[in-house]
Amino acid sequence: MSSDSENEQIETTSDVEPASKATPPAKEIELPKFEKGIADKITEKFGSKTKVAFVKPDRVRIDVGRDDIKEVAEFLRDVLNFDHAESVSGVDYPQDKEIEVVYHLGSYTDPSLSRQILVLTTRAQREENPIPGNDSTKLPSLREIFYSVEFHEREIFEMFGVYFQGHPDNRRLLLPEDWADLPPLRKDFAIKGR
Amino acid sequence: MNPELPPGLALQKVDERIMTLNVGPQHPGSGHMRIIVQIDGDFIVACDPDPGYVHRGEEKMAEYRNYITNIPHLERPVIHDSCNVLYPYVLGVEEILGIEVPERAKYIRVIASELNRCIYTMYWLAIYGIFLGHSTMFMWPAGDRELLIDLMEKMTGARVTHAHFVPGGVRNDLPPNFEDVCLRQVNYFEKRIKEYAAIFYDNPILIARTKDTGILSRQDAIRLGTTGSVLRASGVDYDLRKKEPYDVYEELDVHTNVMKEGDSYARSKVPWLDMLESCAIIRQALQKMPKSGSVRVKLKPNPKGKGLDSVYKRVESGRGSLGCYIVSDAKPEPYRVKMSVGSFRNLIALPYLLKGEKLGNMPSVYWSLNYWPVEADR
Repeated sequence: MSSDSENEQIETTSDVEPASKATPPAKEIELPKFEKGIADKITEKFGSKTKVAFVKPDRVRIDVGRDDIKEVAEFLRDVLNFDHAESVSGVDYPQDKEIEVVYHLGSYTDPSLSRQILVLTTRAQREENPIPGNDSTKLPSLREIFYSVEFHEREIFEMFGVYFQGHPDNRRLLLPEDWADLPPLRKDFAIKGR
Repeated sequence: MNPELPPGLALQKVDERIMTLNVGPQHPGSGHMRIIVQIDGDFIVACDPDPGYVHRGEEKMAEYRNYITNIPHLERPVIHDSCNVLYPYVLGVEEILGIEVPERAKYIRVIASELNRCIYTMYWLAIYGIFLGHSTMFMWPAGDRELLIDLMEKMTGARVTHAHFVPGGVRNDLPPNFEDVCLRQVNYFEKRIKEYAAIFYDNPILIARTKDTGILSRQDAIRLGTTGSVLRASGVDYDLRKKEPYDVYEELDVHTNVMKEGDSYARSKVPWLDMLESCAIIRQALQKMPKSGSVRVKLKPNPKGKGLDSVYKRVESGRGSLGCYIVSDAKPEPYRVKMSVGSFRNLIALPYLLKGEKLGNMPSVYWSLNYWPVEADR
């Protein structure tokens, strides 16, 4: 029953689409206003240094080069009131020879931002044969700006081999002390039997 | 004939004043983690938490399984709170696949996640009690928790690890007569936990041990990015059920419990107040829930994302905000799944809180962080 109704829905939407295809500006109106405001403030300040990747309800994603990330993060903290990092994740893109580090920033102090997550990303160079800490896979640490990234950045270092310059404590966190293999969350580290 | 001893045998001069003490990973007072503390007499001068003894690579495993087969293993980090652990992942997958969930399923999810929050908190409270030497406080929550576990068993078929939430709704509809049994059990449960105040929270021994120990100021709680009960015990009014309501929390009246003290006592009391609040939420949800209807949208086999996309969804778990970042490409498996868990985020506060504290206060401060080692390690 439910699958039938789903198909119907899909059919109806496909029927409607050609009619509305001629009006692409309608899509821009759909962008949530408040989130667009945040994105505009950032592009206004930094221009071509930042790229707004998407604006969705409650989520804005900004891509920044690794040299500008500290400056942008400071602006986000001091002017836009984002005061802590919820999560820091690494994503490995072997085909681009890059590792992406994604900061999800939130705010406790500004009530208007309590629903918002600002996604700040940057990319580090990736090496085929990593020597964690002693190769070119390096990024500036945001620990001075957001204290809350301290453990998250340590985790990224051991899991992806991204060394954070300026981090006071770049040690292992979760992995065993004698781990001598590839950083395990890289795509070329394969699980046995899979 | 033995000019140089191997390094392990050579005698070393050690500092006579500062002693390094390893608490854990086998110590019963630390859970599955090690806390390296340096003590000067009875006072802690430095502390270095060392998690990772139960790291299972959940995030790596998730890259090898499809969106549906990821469900049973992603809830393993906290088996007592398995519905809440799975919740952000399921919400994220629903956004990626573009699924709309039936109304009744949303209410069932809210009821299940509130029951799970109570089950987890009771377990945590039992451990908190026993490590403060209060063995009645171990027995009572461990016993009363069974009430709710029975309810969850009725609802999902499993006592812990339920794997009940699936993208598109919940796995099964409620059994007949569940609403009445649930209401009765929850009312009795609420009456029971109110009795804990007299034996535990108003107990002068507990107050003497936890009041004014390990104070986390409001400013530090924000700066360190703590979450959940730790944050709310430091006077920050932030609960995702209220601030970023997901599913049907918008339609329910959720009250946030905030305390201003920021000490171990406040941190241990906020989860208990949250349990009372959970009971109120469950009653509302039972009343407002549609009495019949579909609970699950049927998915196509092996659902895939549309292209390179990412979502970040978060819910309020028993240990605070629990976020799930899913990167999808056009494959049936997620490209990357990251869980940002409350325990891991709260752990950063431990070195700040323990510095200058007496060694004897370590268990009360450590367990008051609502820390679950398995969740932090993932």
